[in-house]
This record gives sequence, C-alpha cells and structure tokens, in this order.
Amino acid sequence: MMSSFTQLESGAAPGGELDGAVAHYVQEYRRLAAGLPGSGHERVRALRQWAIDRFSAMGFPGPRDEHWKYTRLGGIAKRRFRVAGRPAADVGREELAGFLLEGTECHRLVFINGWQSALLSDPGRLPEGAVLGSLAHILSDSPDLVEPWLVPAELRSGFEALNAALVADGAWLYLGRGVVLERPVHLIFLSVGGDEPQSSQVRNLIVAGPNSQAQVVESYVSLATEHFTNTITTIVLEEGAGLEHYKLQEESERALHVGRIDVRQGRDSRFRSHAASLGGELSRHDVAASLEGEGAECVLNGLYMVEGRQHVDFHTNVEHREPHGTSREYYKGILGGRSRGVFNGRVHVHPGAQRTDSEQSNKNLLLSRDAEVDTKPELEIYADDVKCSHGATVGQLDPDMLFYLRARGIDEAAARGLLTYGFAQDVIERMGIEAVRARLESVIVSRVPDAEHVKGIV
Amino acid sequence: MLEIRELHVAVEGKEILRGIDLTVGAGEVHAVMGPNGSGKSTLSHVLAGREGYEVTRGSVTYAGKDLLAMSPEERAREGVFLAFQYPVEIPGVNNTYFLKAAVNAVRKHRGLDELDAMDFMQLVREKMKVVKMKDDLLKRSVNEGFSGGEKKRNEIFQMAMLEPQLAILDETDSGLDIDALKIVAEGVNSLRSPERALLVVTHYQRLLDYIVPDRVHVLANGRIVKSGDRSLALELEKRGYGWVVEQGAVAA
Repeated sequence: MMSSFTQLESGAAPGGELDGAVAHYVQEYRRLAAGLPGSGHERVRALRQWAIDRFSAMGFPGPRDEHWKYTRLGGIAKRRFRVAGRPAADVGREELAGFLLEGTECHRLVFINGWQSALLSDPGRLPEGAVLGSLAHILSDSPDLVEPWLVPAELRSGFEALNAALVADGAWLYLGRGVVLERPVHLIFLSVGGDEPQSSQVRNLIVAGPNSQAQVVESYVSLATEHFTNTITTIVLEEGAGLEHYKLQEESERALHVGRIDVRQGRDSRFRSHAASLGGELSRHDVAASLEGEGAECVLNGLYMVEGRQHVDFHTNVEHREPHGTSREYYKGILGGRSRGVFNGRVHVHPGAQRTDSEQSNKNLLLSRDAEVDTKPELEIYADDVKCSHGATVGQLDPDMLFYLRARGIDEAAARGLLTYGFAQDVIERMGIEAVRARLESVIVSRVPDAEHVKGIV
Repeated sequence: MLEIRELHVAVEGKEILRGIDLTVGAGEVHAVMGPNGSGKSTLSHVLAGREGYEVTRGSVTYAGKDLLAMSPEERAREGVFLAFQYPVEIPGVNNTYFLKAAVNAVRKHRGLDELDAMDFMQLVREKMKVVKMKDDLLKRSVNEGFSGGEKKRNEIFQMAMLEPQLAILDETDSGLDIDALKIVAEGVNSLRSPERALLVVTHYQRLLDYIVPDRVHVLANGRIVKSGDRSLALELEKRGYGWVVEQGAVAA
C-alpha cells in the first residue's frame, strides 16, 4: 500500500483534500464552541471566533509554503479526526505507570486527549509564589490573567489558528520572582482511543518571573493507535529566569503530531530546550526562541529517531534581537527504513544584536539506503560584530569505527547497534534529569540494530 | 601459528603486496620493517580482515585454519589481535562497556562463561597496571580525547584483556615519546609467552630496543627483500633502507 504522502507527491491535487479537512474542523468548532473552556466570557468567545475565521481563511499549509514544502499533510487531510471533548471516563492509574519518570518525584499534571484529569494529576506542594494548574480552569474563571499571552503575535500557520480556536486545556505554570522549583514539573499528554480517531488541541503557558528557575517535562504518549495532536507551548522568561524544558514525543506509530514551542527571553535569562521525537507517523515540531533582552542564553538540543515510513520535521528559529546573546543548537537524527527527516535551522541576528554568539549543528545518521533527510541552515545576519557558525552532516555509520569494534570480537550487527546508540549519546548527556536520560536511553537501545545484544552491553 | 604463502593483495586494482612468504611460530617475535609505502600497514590490515583489500593470490593459515575466510570478529575471537596504528575514537561508546563486550565475545567463543561485573572489574584493575593506565580513561568514550600515548596504551591494555594468540602491533611506536614507548614495550613484553606470537610492524628500530625480536624482515615494494636476526634491524638503523631495497630490486 502506498502511503498518503507518496500519493500526494505523485500528482494528486492536495488542495481539495486539505479544503475538505478545513471545512471539517470548522464544523467541529461549531459543534464544540459552546462547551469549550472560557465560553462564558465574551472576550474568550470572540478570540476563538476570530481564530476559527483566520483558520478558515488560511487553511492548512500547502506544498507551496516554504516552511512546509518537505512535509506533506496528506495524513491530516485524509482522516477526519474528531476534536476531543472532555473525556467521559478516566484512564486507570496502572495504565499511566509506564509513562512516569521513574524514581523522580514530580509535580505532575496528566491530560487525556488534551483535558486535565484530576484523578491522575498530582501537582504536589508547590513553593509559595508558584502556580501550577489547568489552563481550562483559568480560561473559565479568570481569563484576564492569561489573555496577554494567549493571542499569538502572528499566526505562522493554520495549525496555530486551529489551536487558538479549539484549545481544550493544557498546563498553566506561573513562577513568581525568585521562585525555584526543586522538583521537575511533569506534564503527560495521553491520547486515548474513541469511536473515531481523536484530535487533541493543547496549549501550555509557562511564565517564569525574574530569577525564577524550573524544569518542565512534556511527555506526549498514546494508548490510542491513531490520533492527531496539535500543541503549542508558550514560554515567557523574565529577567534572569532559567528554564530547562523537555518535549518527549513518543506517540504511537500512526499518530500525527504538530507542535510549537515559543519562548520569549528577557535579559540574562537561560533557556535549555531538549526535544526528542521518537514516535508518530508524521511529527512536525517548531521550536522558536526570541532573545529579547541582553545576555540571554539559549540551548536547543534535540534528537529524532524514526524508522519505517515515519516522517519527522524540525524547524528551529532563533531570533537574536539584543546584544550579547548566546545560542547553541545541537540536533541529531537517526533514520532507518524508508523514513524521512527534515531539519531547518534558522538564526536571525537583528541589527544592533552585536556580540551575538551562535552555533548550530545538525548531524544525521542514515541506517538504510531508503531513508532520507533534508537539512538546511538558514542564517540571516544584520549585525557586524557577531560569531555565527553552522554545520550539517548526513552519513552512514563510520566504517573505521565498525572495523575497530569488529576487530575486537564484537559482531557486525552488535557493532552497528552500539555505534547507533553512541551517536545519540551526546544529545542525551546534555539533559539534566537522570530519569529522562534513562528513559530515552532505553527507548533508543530498544530500536538500534541488534537491540537484544546491545541491551546486554550498555 | 601463522603461515603466509605467496600473498598478493591489491587495493582499488593496484597491487600493494606482491608475494609475501612469512612463517611465525608460537612464542616467536617477528619484526616487519620497511620504508613508507612498502606495504606494512596493508599486511597488518589484511591479517585483521579489514575491508577494501583484495587478496588476488596466496593464502594465510592461522592455527591450521584459513584466516582469510574469517570475518574480522571471528579472527579476533580465534585469538588474532591488531593493535591499531591509529586507534579509532568512538564517541558515545563507553570504554568499559566496549571492553566488556569484547572480552565476553571472546570468552563465549572459547567456551568460557561471560564475566560478571565484579570479576570483569577485577580483571580490568589487574590489567590496567600493565600499561599504567589512568582510571578515568575507563569512564570516557573509546579513545575519545585520549592523547596519542593514551591511545596506544589503551591498545596494549585491550590486548592484555583479550589475551590473543597472535598479536600484530601496527606502528605502535609511532608518535610516542620515550617514556610512553617504554611503558608500551613493558606492557607488550609482559604478554610474551611460549604460546603467543607477536608480529611487530614498524618503521623504526627504536621499538626493537625494548621489544627484542627473534627475526627481522624487511618489506619493500610489497615483498620481503631480506630477513635476518636482530642485527639486521640495527644495520637498518645505521644505513637506512636504501641498500636493502636496491638488493631486493636486483634479486627480483
């Protein structure tokens, strides 16, 4: 059977299908609007209505859209996902067990098809000055609190408009001045099956006050086979704030995932982003950092590992708007089977952003002849006293390394597995939370060539 | 132990080894010397089973078996060890994990139980003393960020761990200062035994002051042009390679 991507590439007109999908979601909006969080407030209703009108006008990005040209949306166009309403029943605790960060106490919120589950969530005790809760509650009770951050400054694609119109729930994390969270915040987004494949519209909002500090882990996982997640995380780091943020996408192999992380960084703030995309039939991630204060520092660390017919697309964008900003970007991809990877790393140094220091690296390992990757740096530099570098590689396992391992008695399959595992190590080692590292390692080890043998070695 | 007969090897269609005959018995140390480009490294690599070398003629018998028919890993498990001229850095693969995998692969092949973590670490500590290796190198990735001397020591350390029957040292002395050279040579000497054969491939005779060979062979233009005892190496040191190479050319 040909995949829907292939069919589109072979000349079928995507416009018709995508238009049909747009009409479907507008219909879904009409069906759900009255019950969406905040519907009791005129301003929230107006915002949602504006967003669905914009979505209707913009539609889904098509092949002519520069930043979507390698990622065809046939999988989204063809299937009519039902936008999930508040789930009727909860998920059993035992089903959650496999998704927890083992041995690490967390402030935990669990969302089922985008809606917070009070039963499964365990926010624990937060220090004074910190708030962790459901965005839906805020939208219903006091939307004024979050409104300034809710409306996107610009809509970069129809997905953002769709999300703004239909957003169900998500986490709302607020850290007051100087608040330091000792334990990580773990947000679990669990997709479960319904009669029809479901779609979750998730919105997270993190506002970190001056000199506050936290770690936030977003885990996207599924119990359903087929679903569509559309998620946006908006982060505001005020002066001197520090956030280590993780996005772990481990959804099922037929899942569709479109997500953004947008961070605005104040003076001397520090943002460390770790993104791992391991699941899904189609995953598109945008990670965008805007360095809006002097001396802001941003690290974007990421790993994608796909096989079969999986498609993964990372678009990163770093806007250096003020002097003395630092950005470091380390992305690695491991592609097997007939999978496809896309990496687009944009760095934009604005006029006046002198002494910007930016490095970007994207390395890809192809495990099969049929795997493919498109990698592209995109540097726009409008200041003259800056240090910017970038590098991208696409290659197979190094034959010298393979021979070295084999010359010590390790058989070829295990050597390939070991080297594949080794390729991902530096990305994992940059992550601060031990339980996340352990979790990712075990996923990676289970997917490398000759996994059984490699498991026994590492 | 090792019998090389009429060995011809080509790389990308170009003949590099043009008829090598060499017999190394158990307990013996043979040195293969020669100028750059004589085929020394090709010989080492062919014996270890590296891809990209085409054996066009001849045979190599190791412990009664056809060595050339074996994969590199089979050779290693059968007791052939190549100490690399340029040990490869393998980022992300921990030195200890790697060693344990190698040791257990070899043990399994020999019908021995795999070592558990405790026994393995005990063996590691014991063998590290042989080459005076620092503990922290175990925690690092294989050869990554090691100095030239540390890499060569790591090779000999691996050799000590794997206890090969036939060890081929490919330019193990290159890039070593005299102190590092002594440590490496001591390590190698401690592994000399009546059951173990050593093939020391080197450009300089300096190493042979410390690892004293039973036989010395001079390789030039893909052939062994002269063989002798240790005094041949000393003569080469004094007179250079020119005269032997010329003699060889005349003989051919």
